Amino acid sequence: MSIVISVENLGKKYLLHHQSGRQPYVALRDVLSDGIKKLGRKLTGHGSKRTAVAEKEEFWALRDVSFEVRQGERIGIIGRNGAGKSTLLKILSRITEPTTGRVRIKGRIASLLEVGTGFHPELTGRENIFLNGAIQGMNRAEIKKKFDEIVDFAEIEKFLDTPVKRYSSGMYVRLAFAVAAHLEPEILVVDEVLAVGDAQFQKKCLGKMEDVSAKEGRTVLFVSHNLEAMKLLCLRGILLDKGQRLVDKGIEETADCFEALIQHGVFSCNPSSHVIFSKGQPPDGGFDLLEVSLVGPAGSPIAFVRTFDTFMFKVTFYSPDVYESKSASIFITTFNGRVLLRLGMYPFSSFKMTWKKGINEVLCQIVKLPLPAGSYLLRFGICESQTGEWLFERDVCHFEVLSNDVYNCGNPPTERLAAVVSDYAWQLVDD
Amino acid sequence: MSDDFDLVLEPGRGIRLYWRDIWQYRELFFFLAWRDILVRYKQTAIGIAWSVLRPLATMLVFTLVFGKLAKLPSNGVPYPLMVYAAMLPWQFFANSLSECSNSLIDNSNLLTKVYFPRLIVPASSVIVSVVDFGISALIFAGLMAWYGVAPDARMLLLPPFFLMALMTSFGAGLWLSALNVQYRDFRYVVPFLVQFGLYISPVGFSSTIVPEEWRFLYFLNPMVGVIDGFRWALLGGAFPVHWPGMIVSFLLVVLLLASGFYYFRRMERSFADVV
Repeated sequence: MSIVISVENLGKKYLLHHQSGRQPYVALRDVLSDGIKKLGRKLTGHGSKRTAVAEKEEFWALRDVSFEVRQGERIGIIGRNGAGKSTLLKILSRITEPTTGRVRIKGRIASLLEVGTGFHPELTGRENIFLNGAIQGMNRAEIKKKFDEIVDFAEIEKFLDTPVKRYSSGMYVRLAFAVAAHLEPEILVVDEVLAVGDAQFQKKCLGKMEDVSAKEGRTVLFVSHNLEAMKLLCLRGILLDKGQRLVDKGIEETADCFEALIQHGVFSCNPSSHVIFSKGQPPDGGFDLLEVSLVGPAGSPIAFVRTFDTFMFKVTFYSPDVYESKSASIFITTFNGRVLLRLGMYPFSSFKMTWKKGINEVLCQIVKLPLPAGSYLLRFGICESQTGEWLFERDVCHFEVLSNDVYNCGNPPTERLAAVVSDYAWQLVDD
Repeated sequence: MSDDFDLVLEPGRGIRLYWRDIWQYRELFFFLAWRDILVRYKQTAIGIAWSVLRPLATMLVFTLVFGKLAKLPSNGVPYPLMVYAAMLPWQFFANSLSECSNSLIDNSNLLTKVYFPRLIVPASSVIVSVVDFGISALIFAGLMAWYGVAPDARMLLLPPFFLMALMTSFGAGLWLSALNVQYRDFRYVVPFLVQFGLYISPVGFSSTIVPEEWRFLYFLNPMVGVIDGFRWALLGGAFPVHWPGMIVSFLLVVLLLASGFYYFRRMERSFADVV
């Protein structure tokens, strides 16, 4: 597939005016009075250049961002508020100019930046479809051709000739999305439109966007705070923070990094952070733990785990000899030592294995980690499987479980609410 | 490879393809104008009545004050006709100037959300005033019939003078709309400008009452040229055109429009960041 968007070293600088306070724009009277003040200072010799400089502060909303987009890709752009997502989309959709760098675009680009952009409340639904279509760059013939489809999609036949000021917010959103979705641009830029509208319509929109991209080979750039929607729609994710591109990977991985970023405030998603413990020294001859790392179900390293995640601990340890009857265990405990989980080999489970002399690597998979978000301790031990006598035992490291909205209520379980998490269901028994 | 791309966005770029873009977005121009007209006349009774009443009322007051009380000359033409012939371009100028200067702010939600050549916004806002002008012109035709004054062949030269009025208001409107985005308190300047202009332009009186030695300078106000042109075209020989002055007015209009374009284009890039 060919490259349709090429972004090279893109930067956007804004000047923040501190003097004019909360107003983003300048008042002429301020400019005049400032000018007179400066002139006054110059004349009286009290002029100080420093104050003049301090009034303006540079702010880079985007800095040195580069990436390429291929035709038909669906890319989610993720980041905290003020990370530069909207600035990026604004540059791509030509609303504002970059300060540095270059963007090259192939094909028509249409943006759905906010629901109902350019809708006029006094005009009817029909009139607004034409107006909005024109604003998005469609000509009259195109709009006419698509008109019925748009009305169908938005489900507003009955209200076509009602001024949109009488529409419910749901109808408004549906109509706006319908127009944009039928634009047929080669590249569709979507910013936070799915925050509104009911769940069913959101699903419909996602479906439509997927259709547009998969069947018709269009490219979709998608910004949303709704990570779940993004995971459904996008395959690739770009994480922006403080105007810079941090991660550009599969959407799942990028979303995970984003969650880590939010949790810890700082970014810790570097490639080696899946290693949660590393001895950093050669083994000392006896049983010794060398490294513990986190591995995803597919076998690739992961940076953190969340409630109900399925993942593996990869443990690297040293065995002084060949053993068939030794048992290793991983414990997850609270900070006061209470064992929450014991993941043990035989005789604590049916897993038996033969260790070789030297370095052994073992994997221990946890299916649907039943722990709420919180901090735990990880302990590792090796014992005689017959007698249970400890040959090696130590608290290894902290083990963080990140929050996950497993009950879909916007209120992910944490260790303060309950010690363990499980699937459950409620129902009303009526007789 | 790099030539495959349709669009290159770079700092300071974007000007190259500007005229092509305007052509591509020409339908938007019509749609925006259509929207403004539709919205304006949606509350039909008030919309049309307003555009009829305002010039008529002003005409009555000026006729009373300048014609009856101050007894200014009207060169043998009924005073109301002379005033109304000037009200036509003046109302058009005043309306389109205020519409134009506020157009960018009024459409700020569009500017920050969608790309299109920004020039379309002030340009389409002028069109509403053209419709108003049409209505006023009909009333003028009625007035002419009422007073039994028939226009002559000079009326065919009305379109160029109308074009001059259009250029004047668009040129000034471009300046003011861009300044309005940059300096938000500029919007208070516009009504003042319009009100002030009404008295320094020969709307309520004939420009012939200006002393001969100052006549030429008077035409530095381009609306003097426009209004004199209208009177000459509509009311005939009673209002001879001061051609040197007219040329000065015209050159100023061209300058105003060109500089308006230039300033607007220069500021356009930052509109979305400032508005």
